[in-house]
Amino acid sequence: MTRYAIVLSASIAFTIALAVVALGLGRYPVAVSDVLRALVDRSQVPEAIAQVVWNVRLPRIAGALMVGMALACAGAAFQQMFRNPLVAPDTLGVSAGAALGAVGAIFLGLSILAIQALAFAGGLAAVALVWLIASRMRTLDPLVTLILTGIVVAGLVGAGISLIKYLADPYNQLPAITFWLLGSFASFGRQDLAGAFLPIALAVVAMWLVRWRVNLLTLDDDEARALGVPVGALRAYVICAATLATAGAVAVSGIIGWIGLVVPHCARLVVGPEFTRLLPVSAVFGAAFMLAVDTLGRTMATIEIPPGILTALVGSPVFVYLLARVRRYE
Amino acid sequence: MRRLVALLGFVACAWANAQIAVTDATGRAVNVPATISKVHAAGPPASVFVLALAPGKLAGWTRALRSDEIPFLPPEVARLPELGRLTGRGNTANVEVLMATRPDLIVDIGSTSQTYVSLAERVTQTTGIPYLLFDGRLRDTPRLLRELGRAIGVAAEGEALAAYVDASLATIASRIATIPEAQRPRVFYARGPNGLATAPRGSLQAEVLELAGARNVAEPPPGFPGNLVNVSLEQVLLWQPDIIVTTDSAFPAAVRGRPEWQAVPAVKNERIYVAPELPFGWIDAPPALNRLLGVEWLVRILHPKAFPEPLGPASRNFTRASITARRRTRRSKRCCVRRASRANAS
Repeated sequence: MTRYAIVLSASIAFTIALAVVALGLGRYPVAVSDVLRALVDRSQVPEAIAQVVWNVRLPRIAGALMVGMALACAGAAFQQMFRNPLVAPDTLGVSAGAALGAVGAIFLGLSILAIQALAFAGGLAAVALVWLIASRMRTLDPLVTLILTGIVVAGLVGAGISLIKYLADPYNQLPAITFWLLGSFASFGRQDLAGAFLPIALAVVAMWLVRWRVNLLTLDDDEARALGVPVGALRAYVICAATLATAGAVAVSGIIGWIGLVVPHCARLVVGPEFTRLLPVSAVFGAAFMLAVDTLGRTMATIEIPPGILTALVGSPVFVYLLARVRRYE
Repeated sequence: MRRLVALLGFVACAWANAQIAVTDATGRAVNVPATISKVHAAGPPASVFVLALAPGKLAGWTRALRSDEIPFLPPEVARLPELGRLTGRGNTANVEVLMATRPDLIVDIGSTSQTYVSLAERVTQTTGIPYLLFDGRLRDTPRLLRELGRAIGVAAEGEALAAYVDASLATIASRIATIPEAQRPRVFYARGPNGLATAPRGSLQAEVLELAGARNVAEPPPGFPGNLVNVSLEQVLLWQPDIIVTTDSAFPAAVRGRPEWQAVPAVKNERIYVAPELPFGWIDAPPALNRLLGVEWLVRILHPKAFPEPLGPASRNFTRASITARRRTRRSKRCCVRRASRANAS
């Protein structure tokens, strides 16, 4: 077995084990035997326990796995495509756009479903705007232009968010906005699953389909073209897929940073920069990391610890460590 | 004769400029003009108190009123301009706009921490307008009403309203005292779009629950006396609240459709109560006198046997703005009816 196969199967096994452990953990005391019985046959356990296992923990675990996977895959694809280790899924403004959509929906007092829908739409719209502006500029290197435009649009959208926060009702809306911006899986239920699964699955499959060619994007544009790669079209495709994944994730979870930045680096450290191996390992690492963070966040105290806070606490030292070792793989 | 008129005029001027010293909740002695015709309320809680004591003296609102709030307020009060808030989370008032309305006094009610004391002193230095700070706890409201009434020249109204609040809180406290702790309903206060934000015991936002004899299921984490926190649904399932109180009218319908909420007793038994929030929230937003209505409303839901009398007549005395009171009464009666029909059904 190759190193890659060992790493991938071990991390998948670890993630499954983690999910099983997470299913047995929570504020509501459920014995492990009851968890297993509830999984096999709902009618064997009290209704409350079946509810906790099936309607609270399972969707939430699935949600954390999907969001972690989406953010890590998007981050890996972006880092590969931009040939830049500092880009993250939100480099092109998808998180900022999603935040503006969600914050606007909270400001207007819309329902949870509308908040998610507007967040999703906002994320896509922000990236579309970045693409529109950047494609009109031909003076600079296209990748640099994209990143700079992403920063500009994120800044602009950030002003919109600040304005809404400033105008929001400080007693009802502002706390809701603050909590959304911190990210949370607290209300992730069964009906959120389909909405999150569709865009994320579509996007990850789309990335998987072009996994070979994404490697070629790390070459100079001229070299890649000489090899017959339609560089511009492929870039647009990767941006679409990564944006879809990130927007789908952020819409249901709120802003959760660091995963899309740090996890691909960890994966690269283990299996190297080759995208056909990097993508699956990033996906599994991201899912496991997100699940671990969310399980901690929901079990540590009576109140929820927002995952965005925990990922930053774990992610920033890990990133510093990775920076110190960066020569190993570059 | 001319001399006498001049003398009278002088006396009148002197009287108009006369100042009284008021000690606010921070212990600062602030010199306040003896006659006050206009008061700037620095934040939403202060607006409510000034509105209750002397609606004619309110200089303006901290934010533009929403269209659904206007019908609840007397037209001359609803017409007042938007001046921005001086305090709280973010400062939206422009000092020049504030000065242009020429208030005689600025009042803020809420936190009395050093942050707000220094802000108050800075505003007074810049504008020359005296600035009073009071604590916003509902338990201390009678004292606040007396002090504020005296400071803005409506001592009699302040005394009357304070006596009413005193009597109301005392009656409620004495009747609740007879109910053993174990028989008081366990209540979850659901906030935010998903209903999973809550105010733990001891927080300003949950004061109404405590005064109304509820056992707030949300315990603050040790060492973090937070005001608003997010909790997990599992935690709510563990708490098993008998009753959920919310301010979001869409919440009961939203949770009914969510399977994961069905194991919560309050959801199963359809005991979710939406606190009215127009023009001011009955539970916590803004944390001002309006919460007394919340206490009177909630206590009837939680302890119907101890409080058999309907909410109506009591809440009519509540504020001088009679329109407000009447509309509120009508609204709260509807809530009582809903409660009654639910009680019959179960």
